Amino acid sequence: MRALLAAGLLALTATAAAADDGRVRPVTDPAVLKECGACHMAFQSVFLPARSWSRLLDGLADHFGEDATLPADTVEVIRTYLTANAGDTGGRGEARKFMRWVAPGGTPLRITENPAFLREHRFPESVWKDPKVVTKSNCLACHRRADQGVYE
Amino acid sequence: MKRSILMAAMLALAPALALAGDPRRDAILSDYAAEARRVDPAFAAFSAQRGETLFRSRWSGGDPRTPSCTACHTADPRQPGQNAKTGRPIDPVAVSANPRRFTDKATVEKHFMRDCKSVLGRECTPVEKGDYIAFMAGY
Repeated sequence: MRALLAAGLLALTATAAAADDGRVRPVTDPAVLKECGACHMAFQSVFLPARSWSRLLDGLADHFGEDATLPADTVEVIRTYLTANAGDTGGRGEARKFMRWVAPGGTPLRITENPAFLREHRFPESVWKDPKVVTKSNCLACHRRADQGVYE
Repeated sequence: MKRSILMAAMLALAPALALAGDPRRDAILSDYAAEARRVDPAFAAFSAQRGETLFRSRWSGGDPRTPSCTACHTADPRQPGQNAKTGRPIDPVAVSANPRRFTDKATVEKHFMRDCKSVLGRECTPVEKGDYIAFMAGY
């Protein structure tokens, strides 16, 4: 019975993967690439709704425990790009799998907590503990073209 | 004849030019030296040796994932490193391996602000910043 369930889940996962080409628009804004990319890959803006990006940018002094403060004018350049190209504003529905898990008033801050992310990343702890990985947000450790918006 | 004199002059100058480094880096060091003198009028010069000690020391008070500069930059700053929090690859910090290091004041200040808080748990002093650059510029 459990085996059947597992087989069913596997089939579902395969279908979900096949229905999605694993591509989103890469980030093109030079300020976003430079400033966000100074410490981590600049995540594609479609993975969060506009209000989430805005809240993240309002809280850079404590950015997941890190002081990521930037000059105010730089923050506004980044905000303009991220909010115009967000999952709920960018059009084309590239990340609709992610957006459908976002509550109408919800303001998620971690892409890695979205069920759409979690269901494709069910790995044993040992995978996450790999020294190349370090953290779940290190897309490039496994998706070598993640910075180009290609999640294969 | 003229050409050989010119050649001789160029050869004589070459070591000085190699030592002089990037004028933008020199300007950043001058700024830190001026700040250091404002804090302590007796300040004399930056020390690459003190910079190396700063780089290799283990600190407490910062983020436990980054007790030392070497946590991300490895013990050999000529080698690429890896951000201990995000896993992102980091280009070498040593100027010999990465001549673009310490040539943009805003970037330098931003990274000292973040990284000193992360490693030392406080901002670095102008002397510490200058020492660090002196070490990396000569390494």
